[in-house]
Amino acid sequence: MELDSLYQEVILDHYKHPHHKGLSNEKDAQVHHVNPSCGDEVTLNISVSGGIVTDISWDGVGCSISQASTSIMSELVIGKTVAESYRVMDHFSQLMSSKGTLKGDEDILEDAVALAGVSKFPARVKCALLGWMAFKDASVQAIEESEK
Amino acid sequence: MKTLPLSAVEIKGDFPIFARSMRNEKPLIYLDSGATSQKPRSVIDAQSHFYEHINAAVHRGAHLLAEEADAAYEGAREIVANFIGAQANEIVFTKSATEGLNAIAYSFGSAEKGSRLSLGRGDSIVVTEMEHHANLIPWQQLARRTGATLKWIPITSEGRLDYSTLEEIVDSSTKILAFTHQSNVLGTINDVATLVAAAKSVGAVTVLDACQSVPHFPIDVKALGVDLLTFSGHKALGPTGIGVLWGTSSILEEMEPFLYGGSMIESVTMTQATWAPAPRKFEAGVPNMAGAVGLGAALQYLSDIGMENVHSWEKSLTDYALSEFAKLSGVSVIGPLTSENRGAVISFTVDGIHPHDVGQVLDQHGIAVRTGHHCAWPLMKKFGITGTTRASFYLYNTISDVDSLIAAVKSAQEYFKV
Repeated sequence: MELDSLYQEVILDHYKHPHHKGLSNEKDAQVHHVNPSCGDEVTLNISVSGGIVTDISWDGVGCSISQASTSIMSELVIGKTVAESYRVMDHFSQLMSSKGTLKGDEDILEDAVALAGVSKFPARVKCALLGWMAFKDASVQAIEESEK
Repeated sequence: MKTLPLSAVEIKGDFPIFARSMRNEKPLIYLDSGATSQKPRSVIDAQSHFYEHINAAVHRGAHLLAEEADAAYEGAREIVANFIGAQANEIVFTKSATEGLNAIAYSFGSAEKGSRLSLGRGDSIVVTEMEHHANLIPWQQLARRTGATLKWIPITSEGRLDYSTLEEIVDSSTKILAFTHQSNVLGTINDVATLVAAAKSVGAVTVLDACQSVPHFPIDVKALGVDLLTFSGHKALGPTGIGVLWGTSSILEEMEPFLYGGSMIESVTMTQATWAPAPRKFEAGVPNMAGAVGLGAALQYLSDIGMENVHSWEKSLTDYALSEFAKLSGVSVIGPLTSENRGAVISFTVDGIHPHDVGQVLDQHGIAVRTGHHCAWPLMKKFGITGTTRASFYLYNTISDVDSLIAAVKSAQEYFKV
């Protein structure tokens, strides 16, 4: 069924058991992003030390795709340098705008390749990107803060 | 006239879109008429006919086409007027209901100081907690610009207005009472008579958002007693880009124009201008002529079927849908649970499944619904939810459409194992 290409088991697992959900007290920056078309929200805390993303924690309400994608993103970027995590994000953005033509590189994207099917549903792409946009915004703010 | 009772199956045949298929070769089950309605062949043909045989700028030319365009455009105005029990010179064509509501707010905001319509510090504007953003933000911003206070009538947990608060909220400071006839989320039909009486007792102007009522049940503006009313064409089987602003002759005369330009003037010098009488005063520029003609055809189609028939058919669909929803476990309907003073709009939440995901599963079954906050964010917050799935029905929906919806909701619960 076409639906299975969207809702892979990995996605439903992350949705039901999201990683790094629940805001930590420690943070270098906090952002709050909303998807104005559907009302989904995410609040995201980031800690950056020596150019490395040392922690991400988040909370929010949203559909399975937005929640799973934020969970997967957190797993992916924690422990990477900010520059490396931006490269991962670029791959993910490309995958999301591929309209179903790309499968995604599992070596780079790991669990996030399970979201490849989202790119066939244009209305859901912004769901998948919500947490990633929050991460990008938060990382920029954390770096600006550290340079003050 | 079509024969009674309304045959939705037969009516579906008048709408070309139902001939197409959806994902997985499923037939289209369209339950999103609250967002926009589908169009009968007669509306599509009327617009094409205008462009193929008549097209000319109205109110300007000295040729046969211009004469015929005038007749078609003004004929559409007559149809709209008859449809809501108004006079033709009280009907202003706009691009949408949203534009109509903004235009009213803008016009009030530019009223001469000291006039009945002008607002300032110490005045209040009253809305309700169930308004669509289109009937909230224009007033919120008008209040901000003028220093007036925005107040609102709260709703009960059942999704009805709490009329017990009316006396306290609508007071001598109230200049405008703007409210929806029927909630686009809850389906609640508000008690216009009670609200108008409260407004009249303090001399406030009443503005009715009739987007979800004019397409679905008989409306007589004189009986409603409001001062101003707006609705959109595209929710009433008409084309997009055409809406209606109705006002009593006296308030339209009092109101400042909100668009200046060609067609709306009486005389012009380099330094001054005077305005044509309503409705021309509010229709600057070459209007959406084909849109008006299409709307005329749409309202003619509805009149031929009979709005009483449309209403009673939708009521039977609502009764059936509410009774079927009540049988589902893990599903909550947001809004009144009986069809009394309630339209054919059913918003619901499914435990453990986000509305987007419900909508996605329904889409696999060829069922088109709306998901999200429905441009009523404060209302969602009131109910402590981020969104709902909304099924909204119209004259072309059938009992079997309801059955398909219920079956698809169950399949979503199975799919997500909730």
